Amino acid sequence: MLGKLSWAAIPFYQPLPLYAMGVVGIVILAVLGRVTVKGGWPYLWREWLTSVDHKRIGVMYLILALIMLLRGFSDAIMMRSQQAIAIGGAQGYLPPDHYDQIFSSHGTIMIFFVAMPFVIGLMNFVVPLQLGVRDVAFPVLNSVSFWLTASGALLINLSLVIGSFARTGWMGYPPLSELAYSPDVGVDYYLWLLQISGVGTLFAGINMVTTILKLRAPGMIYFRMPVFCWSALTSSILIVVAFPILTATFAMLLLDRYVGMHFFTNDAGGNMMMYVNLFWAWGHPEVYILILPAFGVFSEVIATFSGKALFSYRSMVFALLAICILSFMVWLHHFFTMGASADVNAFFGIMSMIIGVPTGVKVFNWLFTLFGGRVVFRTPVLFSIGFMVTFVIGGMTGVLLAVPPVDFVLHNSVFLVAHFHNVIIGGVIFGALAGYNYWFPKAFGFTLDERWGKASFWCWLIGFYLAFMPLYVLGLMGMTRRLQHIADPSWRPLLLVAEAGAVVIFLGILCQIAQLYVSIRTRESRRDLTGDPWNGRTLEWATSSPPPPYNFAVLPRVETIDAFWEMKRRGLTAAEPAYETIEMPRNSPIGIVIAFFAVLSGFALIWHIWWLAILALLAIAVTVMVFGWSENREREIPANEMARMERVRLGLGRPA
Amino acid sequence: MDGDDRLYDRAPGVEHLESTANVLSYTVGLGFAILLTIASFVVSQTNFLWGPGVPVGLIVLAFAQIGVHLVFFLHLGSGPDNTNNILALAFGLMVVFLVITGSVWIIANLNANMMPMPVHLPR
Amino acid sequence: MTIATVDAVPTELVPGRGGGGPAPTRTVVAYGFWIFILSDITMFSGLFAAYAVLSSRTAGGPTGNEVFNLRHVFIETACLLVSSYTCGLGALSAERRQRDRFLVFAACTFVLGAAFLFIEISEFAGMVRADAGPGRSAFLSAFFALVGMHGAHVTSGLVWLAYMVAQVVVKGLRPHVLRRLLCFSLFWHALDIIWIGVITLVYLMGAR
Repeated sequence: MLGKLSWAAIPFYQPLPLYAMGVVGIVILAVLGRVTVKGGWPYLWREWLTSVDHKRIGVMYLILALIMLLRGFSDAIMMRSQQAIAIGGAQGYLPPDHYDQIFSSHGTIMIFFVAMPFVIGLMNFVVPLQLGVRDVAFPVLNSVSFWLTASGALLINLSLVIGSFARTGWMGYPPLSELAYSPDVGVDYYLWLLQISGVGTLFAGINMVTTILKLRAPGMIYFRMPVFCWSALTSSILIVVAFPILTATFAMLLLDRYVGMHFFTNDAGGNMMMYVNLFWAWGHPEVYILILPAFGVFSEVIATFSGKALFSYRSMVFALLAICILSFMVWLHHFFTMGASADVNAFFGIMSMIIGVPTGVKVFNWLFTLFGGRVVFRTPVLFSIGFMVTFVIGGMTGVLLAVPPVDFVLHNSVFLVAHFHNVIIGGVIFGALAGYNYWFPKAFGFTLDERWGKASFWCWLIGFYLAFMPLYVLGLMGMTRRLQHIADPSWRPLLLVAEAGAVVIFLGILCQIAQLYVSIRTRESRRDLTGDPWNGRTLEWATSSPPPPYNFAVLPRVETIDAFWEMKRRGLTAAEPAYETIEMPRNSPIGIVIAFFAVLSGFALIWHIWWLAILALLAIAVTVMVFGWSENREREIPANEMARMERVRLGLGRPA
Repeated sequence: MDGDDRLYDRAPGVEHLESTANVLSYTVGLGFAILLTIASFVVSQTNFLWGPGVPVGLIVLAFAQIGVHLVFFLHLGSGPDNTNNILALAFGLMVVFLVITGSVWIIANLNANMMPMPVHLPR
Repeated sequence: MTIATVDAVPTELVPGRGGGGPAPTRTVVAYGFWIFILSDITMFSGLFAAYAVLSSRTAGGPTGNEVFNLRHVFIETACLLVSSYTCGLGALSAERRQRDRFLVFAACTFVLGAAFLFIEISEFAGMVRADAGPGRSAFLSAFFALVGMHGAHVTSGLVWLAYMVAQVVVKGLRPHVLRRLLCFSLFWHALDIIWIGVITLVYLMGAR
């Protein structure tokens, strides 16, 4: 009746997850309780949960990312602490069974539920505003995408409490991930939650590609788009063509586990190397999906805070396109040691080095943009400069790893761990935090506190170097990744430094929390009244902060790159534009309804509760069909109401 | 309304009343597709083509038939209003090509480098 | 600022430069669905790659030659191809607001698609009965997954077609219904394109 689910699934006899579950449960109940007491549910439902507004959805993605950052980071600091303690004779506090689940969930959460939502959230919020249009191409699909991602996040958190998570690492290689060697629900959690959130991500990619290619303000030809939009386009193209490979690969592993097929098994002809091959055919484009929007953020931030146009717009665009194409030609560098012969390894090694070239072009362009400009050193700029130094180091170690003989020594050592954290933290996280600080006033109407922002930057920067530079040295000394116990006591000093680094990063996260808290409390002193707090160059700064739901009452006419800068240069017109009646999409509960049934069906499939799975999947189909039958999904805003709203809005301080 | 469409790109499959998208287009496409299908079966099942050339022949015929579908059924053209559609298709085809041929090359190479297996394990 | 001559077309209005402002809904929807189809094709490429790599791993069990029935494959191909044709004619009728002709063509498409599925499912059932089911070997797993995934897409297509016919009957050939029919015909033609890949790689190369 309940499949494999029983009371034994709840870790009553394991103190750590039990306490964690208890604390998190109390916090969640407290938050929900407070909302209920304050009568906030109608507001939340109407304004956020059923919203199809890209700005709201973007903010929700960022909230999800920041919350999951806390969960992923707690996994990280537990691992660091275990490795700092369990040296020589000491056993540490995490048994191997738990340690394995923790490093698996750390990787899964950080990539799929921190980095991806951060990047997609920023793209969602900013791109329609920068393109000078009212929303993305498919607003309701946008809401569905977000809620499916949130469903995956819910499931991975449930795995802490009900059952266990995979012990295979975040990549899930067979044969360990096959039924014979992972008979419990951990790998099933991993596979189903990623399939669910993968659908959400795919839809988000389709949405973004269509928006950027088909919905732009009049006059905005391709080479007048902001560079962030180009980076969003290339990243979204990669999402569209790469994620389905992961879907197919996980489907095959699921078929092995559920139906007894033999894609990757030890027997009956299965080939587990094919899993590794297909996984990384997705996995390499994935890291470019993460980094390209971060590159876009840096392009915007550096240009704005230097007061200059971005150096060589065209080469920036071509670099993005080159990276997009090349990212599909390098994936074997993730498994040089799996046994391919020299010619195959050499081909992919050379391609992996070539792909560093367009990134180098971009770094030089950023430097040339800063050079000769009047640079204002606010938090986003600090993150950008920190990125340029840190990412270049990470890129260099990447090029080093791209040499197959070197990789034979360093594969799966902590040198590799240091490399990818170097580029992900130095690149993606710094970009996300720069974008967060940069666009926060646009979203909420007040800037973030600058002092706490700078403090968080320095903690992140110093913490990162302390935590990961020792890992480069340890990797060269022979330390493998994912060790629950360290046999060699001579590694202790470096591991202690790494632990200190993790603590400093933790301080950085606390600074961010403090920054948010202080900024909200003192928001009146930092209100953004003009909509343009940074003297920006692109169209999002032409709206108020926060923008009205329809973004632009009249779509701007674009004639150059950096359209808003040009508009300011020519002087804003005082005459009122001719308002027209517009149509905006209505809210829709379909996103959250589908997500509810997706969680239910995922949970049911994981625990082999077949009747529930079938019902929940049918419910999704019925929901879609009911939604498809509905009419009246847009509301009209007549011209006179537009005029009234605009006059009220403009009266709040924009120059007349 | 149709005149405004000249400003915008064309989407795949969209019919325009005055254009090539009429019954003739579909019928000609069907005709070609039938011929190519029969040709594929003939190539595969008879000695019409020299043995080692059969896989190449089949692939060429498959591409031709896919082309017929794209042009006659999906009305994919080459004008500037179709550029986005062609580029998207080209990129998708490039990825498909890289994934399939890349995987075949890599796995064949890896398999060739595997240790000799005991005789009783079926492969 | 350049001074445009009387005859010159502004840069942004040159077709293909994309400067005409937001595209009409019909174009946006169709293009978005085209991108979705590309993602679907990429997913199939993962399954095709797995088939290509595993097709020789028969684990002592049946090979392609032994289980494939090319006469059935030819009939399936004919069904799908003609259904693509009737789908196209149906799309034309819908565009020309000829409701009844559309319904006839939609019915033909449905029947042909269902015939395809019937033959395919019989083939699968026969193979399972003959101990050539998906769990027998890696080759058969890959075969069932690839061809089965295509069949699952055809099934969803038929469900969608039935739903669209209901919408046309109840709501008529209104703009949003027409947009969805456009998406459906893109989907249906794409399924035929994938089937060409399937017969080439799986059946015709395998049954030599």
